Formats: sequence, structure tokens, C-alpha cells
Amino acid sequence: MTATASVGQPINRLEGKLKVTGAAQYAGDYPVDGLLYGYVVNSTITRGKIINIETRAAMTLDGVVEVFTHENRPKLAWFDMQYADMDAPPGSVFKPLHDAEVLFNGQPIALVVARDFETARYAATLVKVLYQAEAFAACLDDNLEKARAPKIGMASVLKPPPPKPTGNFEEAYNNSPVKVSVEIKHGAEHHNPLELFATTTLYEGEGKLTIYDKTQGTINNQLFVANVFGLHYKNVRVLAPFVGGGFGSGLRPQYQLFLCVLAALQLKRSVRLTLDRQQMFPFCHRPQTIQRLKFSADENGRITALNHAAIGETSQYEDYTEIVSDWSHRLYPAPNTLFEYKLVPLDVHTPIDMRAPGGSTGMHAIECTLDELAYALNTDPLELRLKNYSDLDPSKGKPFTSKELKQCYLKAAEQFGWEKRNPIPGSMTRGNKLIGYGMATGIWDAYQFPARVEAILTAEGKLILNNAVTDIGTGTMTVMTQIAADALGVSLADVTFQYGDSKHPFSMFQGGSAATASTGVGIVMAAKALRKKILEKAKRIPGSPLKGIAGDDLVFGDGKIASRHDPSKYVSLGDVVAANNGRPIKTTNMGKPHLVKLRKYSKAAHSAAFVEVEIDKDLKTINVTRAVTAVAAGTIVNPKTARSQILGSMVWSISKALREESMLDENLGKYINPNLAEYHIPVHADIHALDVIFADEKDELINELGIKGVGEIGLVAMPAAISNAVFHATGKRLYKLPMHFNELLENETVSDNP
Amino acid sequence: MNNFTYQRAATVADATAAVYADARAQFVAGGTNIIDLWKYNLTHPARLVDLNSIPTHRGLDATDYGGVLIGAFMTNAETAYHPLIEQRYPLLSRAILAGASAQIRNMATNGGNLLQRTRCYYFYDPCAPCNKRVPGSGCAAIKGRNRMHAILGASAECIAVFPSDMCVALAALDATVHVSGPSGPRSIAFQDFHRLPGKTPEQDNTLQRGEVITSLELPAEGFSQHYSYLKVRDRNSYAFALVSVATGLTLDNGTIKEARIALGGVAHKPWRVTEAEAFLHGKPANEQAFAGAADILLRGAKGYKYNAFKITLAKRAIIRNGMMALNPDSQRPGAQPSA
Ligand SMILES: Cc1cc2nc3c(=O)[nH]c(=O)nc-3n(C[C@H](O)[C@H](O)[C@H](O)COP(=O)(O)OP(=O)(O)OC[C@H]3O[C@@H](n4cnc5c(N)ncnc54)[C@H](O)[C@@H]3O)c2cc1C
Repeated sequence: MTATASVGQPINRLEGKLKVTGAAQYAGDYPVDGLLYGYVVNSTITRGKIINIETRAAMTLDGVVEVFTHENRPKLAWFDMQYADMDAPPGSVFKPLHDAEVLFNGQPIALVVARDFETARYAATLVKVLYQAEAFAACLDDNLEKARAPKIGMASVLKPPPPKPTGNFEEAYNNSPVKVSVEIKHGAEHHNPLELFATTTLYEGEGKLTIYDKTQGTINNQLFVANVFGLHYKNVRVLAPFVGGGFGSGLRPQYQLFLCVLAALQLKRSVRLTLDRQQMFPFCHRPQTIQRLKFSADENGRITALNHAAIGETSQYEDYTEIVSDWSHRLYPAPNTLFEYKLVPLDVHTPIDMRAPGGSTGMHAIECTLDELAYALNTDPLELRLKNYSDLDPSKGKPFTSKELKQCYLKAAEQFGWEKRNPIPGSMTRGNKLIGYGMATGIWDAYQFPARVEAILTAEGKLILNNAVTDIGTGTMTVMTQIAADALGVSLADVTFQYGDSKHPFSMFQGGSAATASTGVGIVMAAKALRKKILEKAKRIPGSPLKGIAGDDLVFGDGKIASRHDPSKYVSLGDVVAANNGRPIKTTNMGKPHLVKLRKYSKAAHSAAFVEVEIDKDLKTINVTRAVTAVAAGTIVNPKTARSQILGSMVWSISKALREESMLDENLGKYINPNLAEYHIPVHADIHALDVIFADEKDELINELGIKGVGEIGLVAMPAAISNAVFHATGKRLYKLPMHFNELLENETVSDNP
Repeated sequence: MNNFTYQRAATVADATAAVYADARAQFVAGGTNIIDLWKYNLTHPARLVDLNSIPTHRGLDATDYGGVLIGAFMTNAETAYHPLIEQRYPLLSRAILAGASAQIRNMATNGGNLLQRTRCYYFYDPCAPCNKRVPGSGCAAIKGRNRMHAILGASAECIAVFPSDMCVALAALDATVHVSGPSGPRSIAFQDFHRLPGKTPEQDNTLQRGEVITSLELPAEGFSQHYSYLKVRDRNSYAFALVSVATGLTLDNGTIKEARIALGGVAHKPWRVTEAEAFLHGKPANEQAFAGAADILLRGAKGYKYNAFKITLAKRAIIRNGMMALNPDSQRPGAQPSA
């Protein structure tokens, strides 16, 4: 029986039942005998020194085993190199409990270990710290004069600085008949995955650890632990079979991993360390960013000049960067361009990638500026984008491996009913509501990293594929099983994909919407190699009924290999194993991007978002009542999990535009709403009609599977579409995210700021 | 969270005595507020006296004066969905259902709702200065992030707001709070229950140590024909009010006979100004009249860096809510898109 192709089928998540029934275990869930529990003490100042840290009261509490501080920690690796994980930006990595310096508010400064969690948490309140506080700077807006070019390092390979200027921007802009200039501010955001960050470290004897960790990269964290603690990497196993969301926060090893391992090695005991929600606010975030854009066009609406300058925040010790300012030229041709990107070091912990890092920030500003340009030109915003549509990547002058953005525009516009839009701001109403329609474009890189996959026909006759990649909740496991089933030519039930374990062959951390393409191509390579090996073995069995039958007439399935024409001629997988002296048949192969071939091309996923908002005429409260997002991202392996990714991003877009706000108190140097009651993400009542369209996009160049990834593209276009819809409804543009509805109230307020 | 002694009270007198005898004892009812505060290291009871084991004060009874007596240990959900409340005091029902989430309302009790603490970010941060939490330590909100803070009745010591929705309706309905303490029972008019911060912001209300709230009494007039509760907030559900308005009206041929307006999210207590209600007496029920009442209600309002908008917003919300009260069917719960 030939298995029907499973790529392209809307398969339910294979692990779905485990998750919804609570059977799936996360990093902080694993039951372990004799486990000790840790609780972290965080700094209460933003910058300065620890003068004294008094742990006696905590130590004498019944049940407390140890309190680790910078004063009694073991000697550890010293060099930055050893702490630098695969995602470390240029600079000097933050080392917990390193010395008495406090570098950011909420810095971990002690770890209490006790026989149960409650005791550890209470004991942590008994640790008394005397600080010498120093002046600090935490607000980007107040420190713009410190902006400087970012340092270049390993990370610059994936995040190069903006391209050199072309033409003469100043002159072209000044001479253009139509021009707009915009400044946009984005506050910090926090990832807030539902699952708390946690590590359970099993002490397995001298120098040997098994670690359940909340991470997006099992091998990244395995190597980090081995390097920092001087262990052989083969003695460190990191597992993360289930991850309750990451959104980027798990791309680097977080401090609970370091502290948990430190305690386990020192105490020679198994230890669990779970952070609480507040403790997840100091440790990483999407950076505050300020952008200034100037776009100009000729009378016909052709863009003549593009200038985009961005300033982001980073810590005092690492230069975290994003690609913010150069996206416009990857979409819109312009003879004159000027792109700038600078950093301001602040007394905060290093930011980290957060879903669509840089892209969602930069494209929000770009697509709002383009909306202003459309109004300045008296042109329909969609029309303006079509007028400046390019099949080539204007920034490189190269063709795309595929680009079905036009299809996205047209399909989404039609489904949304864009033609009903009256362009005059405030002209569309419904009862006491103002109606706004807005649209925007999205673009995101199509990354692929090298990945090694092991394929096995086991001694029991089972087909298994192994790779270290995680499944951060996106459906990776399901999708990989689909790809494997097709590559082997078997049905889903005949193959198992094992993942989320550093003992499996190499995978990068799961980020950048790259996992499906990366591990997926590795699977194709390994599965093909295994299939070939099995067929050869099957034909070589003495008296094999398959002898002389051509390879393409052979089908896999139901535990056997048979002739398509004459199913009575077959060899069972068990017979193949037997012919191999009962030993499994294995192969490990590498999937990698075709760097040379792809040098001639640009590669990106695209999207278009259309949004309707309703705004109360008097109260100005904003409601996103309808949205359509169309995505062109090559092969959609599983329309169901892919749709969920885009829907999730659309909900997040509402969040980004209107809800999510890490409130920085500049006097205290900290975020003051570190809980989900006050850090607002959308609730059901915020979400109305959301529609997802996948464009037909066949990409035969990008990789063996034609995959571009869908993890981030849904969050690039829609925030700007919401901003543009708010403008259309009210005639007022809000230049700060999240938008506060009250800024639409007319200026009747009496402000009295003492 | 420290170690503590847990004790179940069998009667109100039991509970009162236990808390009166131990300066570090506290009551627990639904636990939706006190347990949070405890975990955040803001309160440290050494003894927890559970009110859930008391069999009395869990129901609703009609009073001799045509009103209703609501048990303090009933949950917010039981109260909001009780047929008597839905029919005769729909304003109370709406206000309760505008608050928190279904899960929290299923646990939260009526007594606990009156005693929930402010949601000021700085009150919730054990490291930040806060006169309400540590008297004399200062107020980080006045020069900090004060989007949610008070525009009315604040002091130089504290600009926190009282966050309850239910209590805004109770204020408008002229409820009475019945309590029982070491020296016996007493009754407190709703307007006298919560207090303004003044120089002692650590005191939210006038309850004495050891006193248990036993019931809430509503008078006969429930404004069940013309009422509305409007809550304006930063997301459509599960967020505290930036401004909320409870309005109850009785009308005579389009003319206002009696009006009640209470505001939430703007002060240290539900905000009522009887002069504003008197102003509406005998006026035609229209936007102009509600605007006049709003001006009186907001007299002396003062905004800070991030919340000055509340003054305009409150005025508009008062007008809108007055108009919605005329036709309660026009209210759309949550923020559903227009039909
Ligand atoms: C995330 C979140 C969102 C929320 N949103 C809203 C909202 O939008 N609107 C809103 O109005 N509320 C909201 N709430 C607050 C909620 O309504 C209160 O927490 C709840 O009403 C408190 O009741 P409880 O029975 O759980 O009190 P508990 O937490 O048990 O007790 C609170 C306090 O009251 C004391 N106490 C309790 N009962 C009595 C009594 N009978 N006599 C004397 N003392 C007593 C306790 O000792 C304690 O000090 C929210 C809460 C949370 C956690």
C-alpha cells in the first residue's frame, strides 16, 4: 500500500492529547527522588555594589541546605568565551554570582537551596543585602546622546549592519515634491511564555548531569554547561521534549540553568530551580527602540528616497542588535537610500530576540510612514504599494527565489473588502463608532541552518529519526514526522521523530522561523539515505523476491517493502534487520542550505494584513473587529499548525499595537508591572474575526522542501495595519506603541504634574 | 511566604475573637487577594482564620423595608447571578460581572471584595517606596507611572485608587455594611466605609481590628428600569477600570426624579457627590444634564503625568452612561463589535 503524501495535510498535533490532558511534563515537572529546590534572590537596586550579604538567618532555617552568593560560589570558568552561547552578541557575557557588582535591577545575587520550594522561597526573604547604590540610566529616550555604532562580532553574520547609502538621499528628498517624516517609539516588551523558566538537574555521579531545561536549544545549553563548569560535553545531557512557549526568551541559556547546575554540582544532589513570573522580567526583553523615517516620492507615486534611522537599547556589557532599518529597500525600489542603526547602552540586562525581532519593529514604522506617504500623494495605500512593487530585491538587485506578495495583497484585499474603503479619515461610521480600515506589508527572512539527522531502522523493525531540535509549541514534532513519512514513503504511523534532546545529532536553537526548513531538510537527507540502504539490503537477501525490481517500483509501508505492481513480492523490515545480523541499520546525514546556488537570489517570506477597527466616538476605546492576513511562505507543510502560527501572530499583533507594555519606571530603573494582571496581553473579548490565507507559492530554489517558515511573518505586517486603521478612523496618528486609546481624546485635559 | 497557623472559624464570634487576640492574624475568604499579597511578600500573617467554614451569611434575604440583605460570605458569582439581584438590582449584577474573571468571581466573596487592596504598581513592589504599605516611606507613584491612579480626593502621601467594580454599584445603591466585632455588631453607611488617603493612606477603610463584615444591605430602590454600568479599561475584559461609572435613574416622563452616579477608578474610594445628583433632579434626561452633573462630580479633579486624560474620559463616560441608563438594552457587555 502506498502512503499518501502527508506534507500539506492539516494533521492534528501528535502530542496534542498529552498536552491537553496534563500528561506532558515540562522542565519544572519531572518527579525526582530526593530533589532539592532552589529560589533566587534578585537585586533590588539597578546599579551599584553589594557591600554585605547576610545569609545567616536563612541558613539557620530548618530545611535550608545552602545559600550561594558571589562570596562562596565555587571557582568557575573565567573567560567570556566559555560563557558565550551560540546566540551571544558581541561583548562580555553576564555571569551570575560573579562578583559584588550589580549591573541591572533584578540581577540574581543569591541562590537559596532547601528541601522544599516553600522553605527556599521563605528563606530567600531572610537574606539581607546592604548595597552601595550608584546612579543609573534605564530610559532610552533620556539617553539618546549616548547612541553609537554597534560592535561587530559573530552575531553580525546573521544580523549585518545596514547597507551603505546609495545615491544622494538629502538631495533627492529635498527635491522631491511629496515627502513625509515620522518619528516612532516602541517601548520594551517581555516574552512571557506561559511556562515559567525552570531547570531540573539530575546529579548522576561525578561530573555527570541530566538536565531538563526550558530552552529553545538543547545543544546550545549542553555546550554552555560543559564549558562553564568544565565538564565533558558527553556527560551533560539537556532535554526539553515539551516547551510551553519561548518566543525567543529561550534562545540563550537563562540564569536559572546556570544556578541550578552550580548547586547540583556543589551539593552533589539533584536540584530544581523554577523562576516566578516577576523573576522573568529582568532577564530579557525586546528592546526599546526609537525610529526616524523620511520617505519621498515623485508626483506619480514612485518612491524617490528612503531614510530610516533606528536607535535601540542594549546592556552595558553586550551589544545586542536587530535588523530594524533596512527592510524598506527589500520591498520598495528607490534610487536614494540612507539607513542607520545605533545602540544606547543602558543599565538593563541584555535584550534578546523576541518573535520577529527587528522586523516587527522596523516594518511597523516603515508601513506607517508609507501610509502617510499615500495620504500625502492622495493615493490608495494598497495602490501605492502595487505601484512600487518589485519582483527583484531592490536592495541587492537580485531576484527572489519566489515572491507571491502580489497574490497576498490581492487575495487579502478581496476577502477583506478593501474596495469599500472611503479614504477620507473619519468618514466611515457605524452608530457611535468610527470605522477605520488599514493595511500593511510584511517581510521576513527565510533562514535555514545546518542540521544533522540520524535515521534508524531499529532491531525491532521500527523507523526512527533523531535530531536535537526542540518543539517550542509550534508543532515541530508533528511537521517533522510528516516530512519524514513522505521522505521514507511510509504513512505517519510508521515513523517516529525523536527530538528535544542534546544526545541527538546537531540542531541550532529553534528561532528565526528556521527550524522546519533546517531540520526538515536534514530529515529528507537522512530518510533518503536510509531508504536506499534498506532497499539495497532487501535486494541482497538470498532469494530476495525483490531482486531485479527497479527502485521506483518499490513501495514502503506496513512494515515491509513491496513491488508496486505485484504486492505479493515483498520483504519485511524484520527480514532486512535479520539479514543485517539482527543489528539496526543507521545513517546520519546533514541538511544544509545551498549557499553557493542561493548567492544569486534573495529569499524572504511575505505577507499582507488588512484590519478593521471600531473606535468609540466619545470614549475613543479601540477594538480590532476584523483582520485578514495573507502569507506567502513557500510550502505549507501542515495547514493547521501553520494557521495556528499565523493566528497566534495576529493576536500578538493586536497585543503589540494596543496592549502589551513593559512599564519602565525611570526613577527606579525597573519594570513595574511584572505580572500578567498588569502586563496586558489580549483576552478573548479582544479577539474578533481573524482570517488567514496562504498564497500558492512554489519555491524550487530555496531548499529541498520549498519551505520558508511561518513562525514570525504573521507579526510583521499587522501592527502597522492596526496603526493605519486607527489613523483612517480618526485622522490622528499615534506614534508610540502600544497605542493608548486616551491619546485620541481631544486636548481637554488639565495636566498638573507636581 | 512565611509559615503560619491555619484555623477554621465555626462562627462569626469565633472568627472575631481569633483575630482580635492575635495582632498578626488575618481572615481569609476567597483568598483571591490575600494569597497574592502574601506570595508577593507584602503581607505576613502568622495566623490565618478561615471564614469559609462559617455556615451563616451565605445567602440572600429580603428585609422588612423592601430591601435585601446579602451575605458577606456569598461569592461574587452567586450574587451576580442570583435572580433577585438580576431582577431588582441589575446594576449590582452588571458591576460584579465587569470585574476580574469568571474563575476569580467564583472564589471571591462579597466581604473580601470590599477589602481588596489597591492595584498601584508601587504598592505591589516590596522594594518601592509606598506610604500605604510602609507609612512614611514615600510615594513612588506621584512622580512615577500613574496611568491607573487617582484624579480625585488624593493626597500628597498617596494617589492610589480603590479598584473594586462591585463597590461602585454598592455606593450608587446606597448600601449599608453590617459588621460584627469584639464589641458587637454595628452598621456602616457605604460612603463611610472606605476612606480617603489623607495622611494615613495605610488605612483603606473604617473597619476595626477583629471586625468581620457579615452582610450588605440594599434599600428597596434598585433602579431596575434605568441603570447602567460602564467600565473603561485598557483591555476588553480582565483589567481594572481606568474609569467606571454606575448610574441609576428613576424617571417621570423623561424627567429625572432621582439620580445616582458613582465613579470607580478615580479615587481612593467609590466617588459620589450628592450635589451632582441633586443637580439632575427635575432635569430632562439628556446629554446636557449629565454633562452638568459630570462637571460637579469632577470638581477639583487633578491629573498627573500619565493620567490627566481621566478627567476628560470620566466626563464623557458619565454622559454616555447616563444615556445608556435610559435604555439599558443598549448596553453591550464587554466590547462586542457593532452588529
Ligand atoms: C487578576 C485579578 C483581577 C481582578 N480584577 C478585578 C476587577 O476588575 N474588578 C474588581 O472589582 N475586582 C477585581 N479583582 C479583585 C477581586 O474582586 C478580589 O480579589 C476579591 O473580591 C476579594 O475577595 P476574597 O473573598 O477572595 O478576599 P480574600 O483575598 O480572601 O480577602 C481579602 C481581604 O479581606 C479580608 N476579609 C475577607 N472577607 C472578610 C470579611 N467577611 N470580613 C472581614 N474581613 C474579610 C481578608 O482578611 C483580606 O484582608 C481581581 C483580582 C485578581 C486577582
